[in-house]
Parts: sequence; structure tokens; C-alpha cells
Amino acid sequence: MTPLPGGGCRDLPVLRERGQREVFCGLTGIIWLHRKMQDAFFLVVGSRTCAHLLQSAAGVMIFAEPRFGTAILEEKDLAGLADAQTELDREVDRLLARRPDIRQLFLVGSCPSEVIKLDLAKAAERQSARHAPHVRVLNFSGSGIETTFTQGEDACLAAMVPVLPQTQARELLLVGALPDVVEDQALALLAAMGITPVRVLPARRSGEMPAVGAHTVFALTQPFLADTREALLRRGARQIAAPFPFGEEGTTLWLRAVADEFGVPADLFDSVTAAPRARARKAVAAQAGTLRDRTLFFFPDSQLEVPLARFLARECGMRPLEVGTPYLHRDILGPDLDLLPPVPVLSEGQDVDRQLDRARAQRPDLTVCGLGLANPLEAEGLATKWAIELVFTPVHFYEQAGDLAGLFARPLRRRALLSPATALEAAE
Amino acid sequence: MKLTVWTYEGPPHVGAMRVATAMQGLHYVLHAPQGDTYADLLFTMIERRSKRPPVSYTTFQARDLGGDTANLFRSAAQDACDRFRPEAIIVGASCTAELIQDNPGGLAEALGLPVPVIALDLPSYQRRENFGADETFLQIVRHLARPMARTARVSCNILGPTALGFRHRDDLAEITALLEEMGIDVNLAAPMGARPGDIARIGAAHFNVLLYPETAESAARHCETAFGQPFTKTIPIGVAATRAFIAEVAALAGTARHPDEARLRQPWWAASVDSTYLTGKRVFLFGDATHVIAAARIARDEIGFEVCGMGCYNREQARALRATAKQFGVEPLITDDYLEVEAAIAALQPELILGTQMERHIGKRLGIPCAVISAPVHVQDFPARHSPQMGFEGANVIFDTWVHPLVMGLEEHLLHMFRDDFEFHDAAGPSHHGGHAPRSLSDAPGALPPHPQDISERKMPEAPAADRPDAAAPAADSIVWLSDAERELKKIPFFVRGKARRNTESFAAGKGLNEISIDTLYEAKAHYAR
Repeated sequence: MTPLPGGGCRDLPVLRERGQREVFCGLTGIIWLHRKMQDAFFLVVGSRTCAHLLQSAAGVMIFAEPRFGTAILEEKDLAGLADAQTELDREVDRLLARRPDIRQLFLVGSCPSEVIKLDLAKAAERQSARHAPHVRVLNFSGSGIETTFTQGEDACLAAMVPVLPQTQARELLLVGALPDVVEDQALALLAAMGITPVRVLPARRSGEMPAVGAHTVFALTQPFLADTREALLRRGARQIAAPFPFGEEGTTLWLRAVADEFGVPADLFDSVTAAPRARARKAVAAQAGTLRDRTLFFFPDSQLEVPLARFLARECGMRPLEVGTPYLHRDILGPDLDLLPPVPVLSEGQDVDRQLDRARAQRPDLTVCGLGLANPLEAEGLATKWAIELVFTPVHFYEQAGDLAGLFARPLRRRALLSPATALEAAE
Repeated sequence: MKLTVWTYEGPPHVGAMRVATAMQGLHYVLHAPQGDTYADLLFTMIERRSKRPPVSYTTFQARDLGGDTANLFRSAAQDACDRFRPEAIIVGASCTAELIQDNPGGLAEALGLPVPVIALDLPSYQRRENFGADETFLQIVRHLARPMARTARVSCNILGPTALGFRHRDDLAEITALLEEMGIDVNLAAPMGARPGDIARIGAAHFNVLLYPETAESAARHCETAFGQPFTKTIPIGVAATRAFIAEVAALAGTARHPDEARLRQPWWAASVDSTYLTGKRVFLFGDATHVIAAARIARDEIGFEVCGMGCYNREQARALRATAKQFGVEPLITDDYLEVEAAIAALQPELILGTQMERHIGKRLGIPCAVISAPVHVQDFPARHSPQMGFEGANVIFDTWVHPLVMGLEEHLLHMFRDDFEFHDAAGPSHHGGHAPRSLSDAPGALPPHPQDISERKMPEAPAADRPDAAAPAADSIVWLSDAERELKKIPFFVRGKARRNTESFAAGKGLNEISIDTLYEAKAHYAR
């Protein structure tokens, strides 16, 4: 990749804010993780608030196949009248008796369970021994006091890494929960370049979990997997650094970094990627007309903000005014920061009222924010894109590049449809 | 510890948010970790509110624990007052903050803020959303309302409507108009639309109209004691209940003006011959107690359904529901476990469910039509049009809403007659409902639609017999359907097939039969014929 003449954003000063955060907690990740891992159950040990969050987070209730639930702490658990560990064992026994198809159980810590220091690692160890070999029990924290939104997936995958089997094989490991269709596309592209076998974390079923070792090389497909990356490095695996596979450029650079690692000849790389690259460019171009020269403001949400800003700025011609992210992991986002043209404000953390003041002062053409803020900003005349759709929709790799651009173009097109007069004003 | 998959009610601080969001000029400072801000989207997305709820969250993190979480609360409260300039603030803790015991009330008091500070004590590990709303509204009234002279003209307060309530917006408009027609001034409606300053003059009204006991009964009782204001006990949902409500209000107000009933269409719609097919349809009701009790009376007395079961999820109002269930001769189901509700519905095989959004999904799984009568709410429960449940227009709306999911009269006959038509067959479902056919229905004994991984399916057979509404019926799985009878059963249209199966099995069990033949099927039909 060619560094930008202006030097990108790697060395920009960062506005760090501390205040009210309008973000989900890590439990939200269960909404997609339970669909991805088809023989896993996620048991949150928490309060009624946790259960209410899980059923509200997706905006609607999802009633099909709930492979998650909440063991709600009650007064007697807190007052020490009941031994929480015994109570938890009882609930787990009942759950596993009802669900013989479950092979992996995750005990998920919450704010209340962390505050009362309920030892879920101990519980997981004890229950693993009790239900082995049929069910493996692991634990991680999705609590709001420790995790923000997508960090829940990071905590889950990081909890899996230490128990992955050991291997000496030189294998590629893709890390990050992708929709199956997208994962299959990525695997097909890699296979066409002769890179096989490729392992995936998390695997769709517990029997297909990858092995890791000193000869494993891994590529992240999601930028929020900092702890998982650390855990893999501790297992001796090596990371392939690359921009994230959003858009035609991001996907090509990501694939090229992997191809270079495995010595794929340039002509093979070109012949495999030429057709999907052309399709992706065409699909993005169809949306870019709506996006070009429009200003953009990111509220912190999924940690996808920096790679998405890079895609929208470089491939769609948008002008980011502020790129806010819950955490800025420079080790992971370095390649994306290098490519992102300098932005006026790069912010980490949040004080939502101050950030709203900045957004209102700048009146961006498009604001990317959470569900709690979207309608209020729309009512103030600002077009918004719900950030949560970016983690619930297939957006990675070539075939989704046009869809990804479309997610941002649609709110602008819609405003133009509903009020042609406003669109004319904006166009002038 | 109790395993929960879906909940009917949120935690109590969400109830407090419903009150704060409904009011104007009030701000809620909530001691809570990051993530609890999810509750904002309930209001901005489900209810499509154009403003953020007036809530500041302290959003403490792990690194703050044992450090300065109290300080975070102080600065959040001060910032909220400086930025939003509320007339009063309510302060409290969410479930996690309750554990760290920072005492938000005391902290806010010590700040010397320029506005009244109302401390909330909402036990998160014992109580739920409705309690939170009821208690919050009570505390606001206790802190702000003072005795004062009554208005010269007869007036009342309307108590109960909150944000995120089931049709509260439209009920409030409907009842306000009805009271105006009766010549009664509305001194104040609260929480919805009221400012803290308005609450102060609650005592000026002659009496209170309590619309929702779930959210305002404690405040109504407080006003009765503190200000000598009686409150209405009738909930005006349904024609008879609305007329009884008018009589109750007229007695309290000493007025004789009866509102115009010209726009009430429901009685004629129910009496017209087209509605004959509604006769005796078996309905199951579930929701909050207030809406279920009202719906049961409408179902039986105003539409001519047969109520085969009823229940509620809020234990606070369970006593009234139990009494109503007794009058109707059915077992009350008091539970907040939707799997129990699903098991009860599967056992009873009603022809229509009147429930919440949870029961709507249960109905989808079981292939039983459902109309929604109660919270918890969904974006669909906030229609753009005026769509009350209360008053005369409410009665009209209810008739339309409940009848809509059913197969209509003439269509029902045609399905009986021409059941094998390749386009117009029973699995196609009501023809006015688009292309989705109900899934396979109860074609196999005791079978639910295929859902191999769903835990509810595994739980149901485990439900102890004593908990099942049909506990008296012998186990159906000891009775075998002969193949001829099974084929005959499939010729019965889907919307009565479940009932036919159940009736036949009960009949066979009563006769001590182990096998069901075609004769048994038709003997049972004759036996149950009305």
C-alpha cells in the first residue's frame, strides 16, 4: 500500500473524552454470536436489566431459537441466603438436560455478577468437569463496566483461545465472527489462490474449532478483537497486519497481505481477484454518486469507525468531520489510520452531550450513531445511519462492498425522495 | 436465580424512565454502568420519540469501582441541572449501582441543587417495571403536591398514562374528550404531558380518574388520603365498562350530561348477522391484569366469544385477575414465564389469542391467530392513526382489531365445503392476510410446528400436570388415532382442527377408549355440539 502524501491519521492527536457513553454493553454481541455458533448456548448471569437489554437490543424481539438466556440474580442470591454457585449449577443442569444439542456453554458475566465478584471461571471449570466430554463450559464477561458493544465478541473469542488444541501446522486462521455467506466467499477466494486449509475462529460448530501453535498465522476480519489478538500472540501465533476488508481497496489490501505471507504469485492473485474487484468497484460507484463530497460524523459505537471512515473517504469521496470510536487500538488499526486522509477530529471515548453539541454545530450531511440518538437527530434535521446495522448486515469483502456503500447512501436518497425541495437546497 | 429467556417487564428503573419521559421539565439522573443507556432506544425507536429521554446516566466503569463512583454521580447531577435546567430531578440507581450503595438521594441532596430532588428507592432484584413507574409517580406526587383549594368548576385529574404504554397516548385523548363532553374540566393529566409545576396543583381537582392501576394506583391512593380526592375504579375499556365509567364519573362530579354515543358502532357491528361466525369462538387472554380483565368482559359479553383461559404477568394486580377468572370459571395463570404461557395455550388450543407481543409470537408458532391487547409494546403498537382502547372509539377499535386475524364468516364455510381446492385450501390461512400460510399446525399428535432447537418445545412436556389448565384431562398420548380417523381429522379446516382433536381425545378418555376411530370422532362432535 502507498502511504498518503499527507501522512494519514496515525500520528494525529486524539480527543479523549470521559462522560456519559451512549453505547451498548458487551452482552449485545450474544445476539450475533449465538447465531454464528450453532451448538453454543450463552447463559448471562445477571439481572432483569440484562435480559431486557438482550430482547430490546436488536430493536425487536427475536423469538426463533433463543440459544441464550439470563440467569437472573435475586435478592436471596445477593443477601448470601443462597449459594450462587450452587444455584448456578442447578440452572445449568436443567438447561443442559433440556438442550442435549448444546455442546458449548458460555457463562457470561454481567455488571452485577462482576460487582458481587461471582467467580464464573471457577463455575465454568467445575461444570466443564461435570458435563465433559459432551459439553465444554467457558466464561467471559460482557459486562458494561468492562466491555463496550463489540468488545463482547472479543471477550468471547479470547476466552476460547487458551483451550484451542495445539498444532505445529503452518495454517492460516481467520479471526472474527462473519456471516456464513461472507466467510464462504473469503474462503473461496483464498482457496482459489491455493491457500488451504484455512481455519476460522469462531467455527460454526464446536467440533470444527481450529488448532493454534507457533506456525499459525492469523488475520483479523474485525477491528475490535484486541484481547483475542493478544491471546493468540501468547499462543505463539503471528498476526498478518492489514487494513480491514471493507470496500474494494480494503479487501484487496487485506487479501494481498495474506497472499504475500503465503507466497502467492502476483499473476495468480490478479487473476483470482480481477473479476470480483471489478464488480466491487462498479457496485461502489453506483452508490458513490450519492455520497461524494458529503460530510460525515461518526459517534463511537462498534469500533468499525476508522476502517469505515477510510472506505467512505477513499472509495466514496465522503468528508469525515469527526471519527469517534470507543477505543482506538493503534496496533490493530495502524494500516487503516495510514490510509485515512487527515480528519479534523479523531476522538476516543465519549461525553455524549458534548459530542452532540459538536455534531449540531457542524451539521454533517450524514451522522452515524446508535439507535438512542438516531430519531432525535433526524428530528433536528440531520440524516443518520444506525450504526448497529453495520454489525448485523454482511458488509465485508468484495461482494458486499456495494451493499456497504448502499447502507450509507440510503438515508440520503430517502431524504431526497421524501422532500425534493430539501434535496434541491442541498444540491445547490 | 431464575432462568429467563424473554421478559414481560423490564427492571424498575425503566418504569421510572417511562414516567420521566412522559413528563416535561423533569430530569432523571440515573446511577448506572455504560450499557444501561440501551433503554433510550425503547423510547426513540419503539415509540418513535423525537427527543432523547430526559435521562443522564453516570456510566461508571470497572476502574471507577472502589474509587470515585460517588463523585461521578455528583458531577452527572450537577451537569444535568446546568445543561437541561429541569424544574425538578429524580435520582436513583439501576441494578448494578444498587449494589455499590452510593446513595444517590443523599448525594444529590448534599449538592444543594436549585430544584427539588426526588430520591427513588427501586429494589431492582425484587420488583419490576410497573412497580417502578407506580412508585416513581407516587414519589413525585408526594414531594411536589400540596393541599389547595378546589377549582370553582368541577374538575378531575387523569392519572396513569406514561411513555411506552399500550395506547396511552390515544386513551388520554379519548378520555379527555369524553370528560369535556360531560362538562368536566381536566385539571391535570399526569404523568403524560405534566410538568413538575403542574403536579404541585394536583390537589385542586375534585376527584381523580385512574386509567391504569399498573402505573398510578399508589398515587391515586395517596391523593385520596392526603387531599380527600376519590378516584374512579372502573377502567373504561369496552362498551359496558365505558358506560359504567361515565356513571361513576357522573356520580363523583354531580353532573348528568351523558356523552354522545352516535359514533359508537361496536354493538351493531357485533349484532349484525355477519358476526354470527364469532359465536363461541374460544379465546385465551394474557397480558397486564387491567387489560385482560377488561378484555375478558368484552370477549364474553360484547362479542360472544367463549373465554377458555386468562392470566397476567404482573403479580401486583393478580388478586383482581383471580377474582375475574373465578367469575368466568377458568383457572387464572399468574406467571412471568412465557414458556408457561405457551404451554397453557398449546394445551387449550384456543381459536384466538388476545395477548401481548409475546403471545403474538406464540400464536405464530402454534398457528393460532392473535390480537394484541396489552404491553409489553412493539413498534407496531404505536400506530400513526388515533387508535385508543378506551371509550367509545376504543370499543370500535377493539372490535376491528380482534376480528381482523380471524377467518371471516363466509370464507369459513367455503373452506369447509371446498377444502381440497389447490388455491383455496385451509392451509392458505385467512385470505385477507397476504401470502403466509400458518405452518404445519397440529397435524401430528401434540406436535408443534417444526422448531427442533427451541427449548420451549423441550420444556413443555415437563410441565407438571397440576400446572396445566386441563389437568383433569387424561394424557392424550395414551390414546391412538386410527389412520382413517387421522385422515378424517385432516379434512377439518385448520382453524377448528385443534379444537376437534382436543375434544375428541377428551371424549375418548372420558369413555375409557384407547383408540379413536371415525365413529369416535363424530360421536365426540355430536357430544360437544352446541
